[in-house]
Amino acid sequence: MSTVKEFILLFVGAAFVNNVVLSQFLGICPFLGVSKKTNTAVGMGTAVIFVVTASSAVASLLHNYVLVPAGLAYMDTIVFIAVIAALVQLVEMILKKFIPALYKALGVYLPLITTNCCVLGVALINVSKDYDLGRSVINALGTSTGFCVAIILLAGVRERIEGNEIPHVMKGSPILLVTAGLMAIAFCGFAGLI
Amino acid sequence: MNKYIERLYNGIIKENPTLVLMLGMCPTLAVTTSGSNGLGMGLSTTAVLVMSNLMISALRKIIPDKVRMPAFIVIVASFVTIVDLLIQGFLPALNDSLGIYIPLIVVNCIILGRAEAYASKNPVGLSIFDGIGMGLGFTAALTILGTIRELIGAGTVFGFQVMPDAYEPFSIFIMAPGAFFVLAILTGIQNKLKLKSATNGDKKEESTLACGGKCDECIGGNCAANRALLQLEKDDAKASRGEAVAKRIQAFPEDASQDKGGAQK
Repeated sequence: MSTVKEFILLFVGAAFVNNVVLSQFLGICPFLGVSKKTNTAVGMGTAVIFVVTASSAVASLLHNYVLVPAGLAYMDTIVFIAVIAALVQLVEMILKKFIPALYKALGVYLPLITTNCCVLGVALINVSKDYDLGRSVINALGTSTGFCVAIILLAGVRERIEGNEIPHVMKGSPILLVTAGLMAIAFCGFAGLI
Repeated sequence: MNKYIERLYNGIIKENPTLVLMLGMCPTLAVTTSGSNGLGMGLSTTAVLVMSNLMISALRKIIPDKVRMPAFIVIVASFVTIVDLLIQGFLPALNDSLGIYIPLIVVNCIILGRAEAYASKNPVGLSIFDGIGMGLGFTAALTILGTIRELIGAGTVFGFQVMPDAYEPFSIFIMAPGAFFVLAILTGIQNKLKLKSATNGDKKEESTLACGGKCDECIGGNCAANRALLQLEKDDAKASRGEAVAKRIQAFPEDASQDKGGAQK
């Protein structure tokens, strides 16, 4: 029972308290770039959940069962980045072959995710905290859910802002960054949760 | 010699990676809680950038075009690991404050961007100076951002108290939201002064990127559309080549029948 409780706390902590974009700044580029419309934000968010969870599981297995026993833990960064790049390609091919509907929905976003620093970031955080496979997957799931929630919320706000009159100076990225900043303040409110 | 100074000027002022091109936003926002953090991050990135530019430029004729991206990533990741281990060994305080963001230099788009756009096409000397210029531009921007946030958020500059004791620090500026606000104000000023920047909406410039480089408008689909377009062009080229072969067969029927005979054997 205590394990279940720990997993739930880990998930909530990763998703809301230490939100990956709004408090750790991983994955800012897609967060600001792909949040113009709610449906594209949903696509990107889902694809990130998919890739982050899969790559964290593989990275955790590799670290615990290959790199550490071989005394090569310092190779983490190189191995992880190669694994993530290969995995994204693999996921793309598998989806294309077996689940074409999902591929159609996520296909565009998959290549973009390779350069999303939250994928490598989560894998490295798992390693630095010495999580085992189960905790790594839960942490990855929580983190990517946090990303998904944040990007969908931002897209919703942006759709509302679009019709408003904004001072010329603040048009474009300044207002977007202010919005993200206000969201970050809101997420600060989760700080006392755990 | 002028060419080399031009590279430095280009990196630091004209195409400043952070303030003009808006690349590498994650470290820019994450580590600029103080001036010294910004400086440390900037210099680490500069070291990686200079070494990876050197290596990629030296190997530019050996690396096959098709696998250049994986090759670049492996080269960059190796140098990042070296820098990471050096910082862990010699600057443990900096390592504690930057933490996970040092290995994440691998996915900093400035480095891969320069490898792709400059180092893979230019000689070693110029590429090194390009790396130094871009790195110093990044360092300068990070240090400035960090100093502003530290001054407002903690009343200090590089750890020294500069504000009077009566000053009540706005601690929000060294927390996460402050990063967004400082950058928002900075880009707002750029908009106001109509300075050249990736974030200024109404620029009409040709980009060297295949997708058009309109990152502020891209919803992530431009590259797919572009890929479809390229495929169409390729098909057209193939079709016209087919026609040419057909014409040749009409003109020299004997050759064609001989070819066929050869193929059947």
